Amino acid sequence: MNTTRDPMPGAASERSRVGEVVLANISRRRFLQGVSALGGLVLAAGFPSTLRAADPPKYGADGMPNGWVDNPLVFVAISPDGTVSIVCHRSEMGQGVRTGMPMIVADELEADWKRVKVVQATGDEKRYGNQDTDGSRSTRHFLDPMRRCGAAARMMLEAAAAAQWKVAVTEVEAKNHEVVHRPTGRRLGYGALAKAAASQPVPPRDTVQLKDPSKFRYIGKGQLKLVDGKDIATGKAQYGIDTRLPGMLYAVIARPPVLGGKVVSYDAQETLKVPGVVRVVQIEPTPPPIEFNPLGGVAVIASNTWAAIKGRNALKIVWDDGPNGSYDSVAFKATLEEAARKPGKVVRNNGDFDAAAASAAKRVSAEYYIPHLAHATMEPPAATVRLVNGKCGVWGCFQSPQAARDRVAKRLGMSSDDVTVNVTLLGGGFGRKSKVDFAVEAAILSKAMDGKPVKVTWTRDDDLHNSYYHTVSVEHLEAGVDAQGKPVAWLHRSVAPTIFSTFVPGAKQEAALELGMGVINVPFAIPNVRIENPEAEAHTRIGWFRSVSNIPHAFAVQSFVAELAAAAGRDQKDFLLEVIGPPRVVSPQDLGDTWNHGESPERYPVDTGRLRRVIETVAQEGGWGRPMPKGHGLGIAAHYSFVSYIAAIAEVAVDDKGVLTIPRVDVAVDCGATVNPDRVRAQMEGACVMGMGIAMLGEISYKAGRVEQNNFDAYEVTRMSAAPRVIRVHILPGDYSKPLGGVGEPGVPPVPPAICNAIFAATGKRIRRLPIKDQLTA
Amino acid sequence: MIPVTINGRRYDVDLPPDTPLLWTLRDQLGLTGTKFGCGMALCGACTVHVDGQPVRACITPLAAVANKMIVTIEGVGADKVGRAVQVAWVDVGVPQCGYCQAGQIMAATALLKRSPKPTDADIDDAMSGNICRCGTYVRIRAAIKQAAAQGGTK
Repeated sequence: MNTTRDPMPGAASERSRVGEVVLANISRRRFLQGVSALGGLVLAAGFPSTLRAADPPKYGADGMPNGWVDNPLVFVAISPDGTVSIVCHRSEMGQGVRTGMPMIVADELEADWKRVKVVQATGDEKRYGNQDTDGSRSTRHFLDPMRRCGAAARMMLEAAAAAQWKVAVTEVEAKNHEVVHRPTGRRLGYGALAKAAASQPVPPRDTVQLKDPSKFRYIGKGQLKLVDGKDIATGKAQYGIDTRLPGMLYAVIARPPVLGGKVVSYDAQETLKVPGVVRVVQIEPTPPPIEFNPLGGVAVIASNTWAAIKGRNALKIVWDDGPNGSYDSVAFKATLEEAARKPGKVVRNNGDFDAAAASAAKRVSAEYYIPHLAHATMEPPAATVRLVNGKCGVWGCFQSPQAARDRVAKRLGMSSDDVTVNVTLLGGGFGRKSKVDFAVEAAILSKAMDGKPVKVTWTRDDDLHNSYYHTVSVEHLEAGVDAQGKPVAWLHRSVAPTIFSTFVPGAKQEAALELGMGVINVPFAIPNVRIENPEAEAHTRIGWFRSVSNIPHAFAVQSFVAELAAAAGRDQKDFLLEVIGPPRVVSPQDLGDTWNHGESPERYPVDTGRLRRVIETVAQEGGWGRPMPKGHGLGIAAHYSFVSYIAAIAEVAVDDKGVLTIPRVDVAVDCGATVNPDRVRAQMEGACVMGMGIAMLGEISYKAGRVEQNNFDAYEVTRMSAAPRVIRVHILPGDYSKPLGGVGEPGVPPVPPAICNAIFAATGKRIRRLPIKDQLTA
Repeated sequence: MIPVTINGRRYDVDLPPDTPLLWTLRDQLGLTGTKFGCGMALCGACTVHVDGQPVRACITPLAAVANKMIVTIEGVGADKVGRAVQVAWVDVGVPQCGYCQAGQIMAATALLKRSPKPTDADIDDAMSGNICRCGTYVRIRAAIKQAAAQGGTK
């Protein structure tokens, strides 16, 4: 085995990777289907010609750029002292992947975890397979390849031992870091076998013998501590912002405050007087599409970050704001509402909504508003670039290291082979760090400084002012209900600027992946369903934020079902189960969902039995129906996303002044089998807290094209005093032979509607506009 | 030159006196364990101890800490309470991304040195200036209680 980092033969590809990079969050084919509605624009986005619609569809990891690799020679190296190095090729941003992914390999390899060292891969998808750490995909896509990888390495060690002992390989067995010859009890440690094992042939994939799950030592157990836990607790862990290189310069950038804005002129006289400031460099904006390109602006380069910040404060810049200078969130809400009240493009139609609603006993309608959000990762974006002898080194907190590699190479006019992207820990990601504009900025500045290492640090106001924002949306729902209050007709109009506006200028309609996040694919037992998507224009960079469009869709759908339950005088949980209907397996295609999170509709159908089970589990474990003190209430919500099923119950308390607290949240999750249950739990706990912040506090708003929030005083997030004291996570048992669901994102969407449904139970007040802020005290 | 003592070691720092302690630690002295999060004392990621008190390094000018005793995440383990907090953090599996945790640990250590058996309300008061965007608050509370139960003996 080896750890060589040489590019694989033939790695230099002549094919444009533009399309692959564009698709950072989704599989290529799904994207193609997603934008097909946009007509001739598909080619403009630069898709490789091999990806025409006639190709057989590829799903899961197969459908991702550069797919998967399960070769143990790529991922495993054993040194003579027995230390097993396992490469983690996905980015760690708190989901625990640097523990989970190597744990899978180590388990199949029969390695002793105490002797395992985790090595972070550089950005190199030809070598490692897809590295775009996004879409709640890492464990879901790589459990099987990593199991095969570990098992193949184990078989190579066994073959090496058998060869040395000159016995049949069937007589030997790898166990806990050594190979045992069963008949004689002879033993050889992995260190002693390392060299011979590395020259054994890699067993063909169809001969690789996986462990029976009953023999797992780490997978599904959750007893291992985080590989980075001690480094984090002692301040040794290295994040993107922590990079230090000899002779390094520090940069901050004044970027256009309005998307599409340009520098008309600037005066750096005062800046250059600030001690430590070395140089001021103008960065030209990139023409649309926005993609992952820098916004341009004026960079201040200095001998430390503080000097750069002070220097930037002293800049005098005249901006031309361009056409987005009038973007105003109050006015735009009215624009979205107007669109939501008129028919839009029909994206799913079952039965006849109009006729059924006209003859229904009663009609109910409601409209929900969810504002822009910023990820506000605790570590703001930061990247360092150095150019030496035609080679480029990049260091940073990247969710998509290959995108950083390709984008930097393209901007510098280099081959990607000459760019090495070193992936640090990420101080939070949530989708922001998939967009590698900050790596390109550092590359531009290093080049301007003759290749000297330059670190670009975003300050918090940069992060809030120039992010790739979660969209803003109005969700308009109408239902016709029968005499018992049960919906027989369902209309949902979702209006929101699309992520694809960032990649395809002028895109105005939600794409398949956005619609497939809980609006088009609601699996309700309602005979007449019409889903519409009126147009909306984007006036800022729209990106993806943890759980993406599921946030507004789940909020609206799960609030509206609760509203119908209340109107019918029914228990919310019982009513929700009735609307979902009896357990059944539904093809996503029958729901009009061509995306299905990039997964095969056959392997990953929508299983309403599983959705029902998480609701029933959380109801039982969370004490649904238990008596509540005055001012307290319980609310429930369930949502299917990232091919996982999650239900949440929130207990809220609203005092007589209208002050809201959330003492307890229960979550039930069915994500299939789990690799690291403690991290599944941690992700659900974190999702509760983030979901709470979205419900109660989070809002990015615009005036005159500019974001109004500068820092955590105005862009509030959940703090310790407001966080639930009790979060109970109930993980449903899974089966390793069945496909896994995602974990990082799907915990978020059910939380805001569960909270708002609980507020209704406690107070009778229905929240239809997020965040709640002072709506209960006003 | 401004003299400061950090984790028991004396440094003479040649930076303008208005330079925040945060950037002095990170850029000048290479002590990158103390993190930048907001620059306005709103998030607590940069929390260090100055003469035993938790302070936000991002708004503390170098001049204000001349001749003071500064402890950062790199040095807090030398203290038995700090060490107990670090151990509890690993044991409970508090960190997700981990970026804010240096500040959380510094704030928690200061709390436990002040009140060895904190109530939930004490924890809320002491920790609400420290944001964790991953939302690890339930485990932070559990780890503080675990460290308190051990009384800094571990």
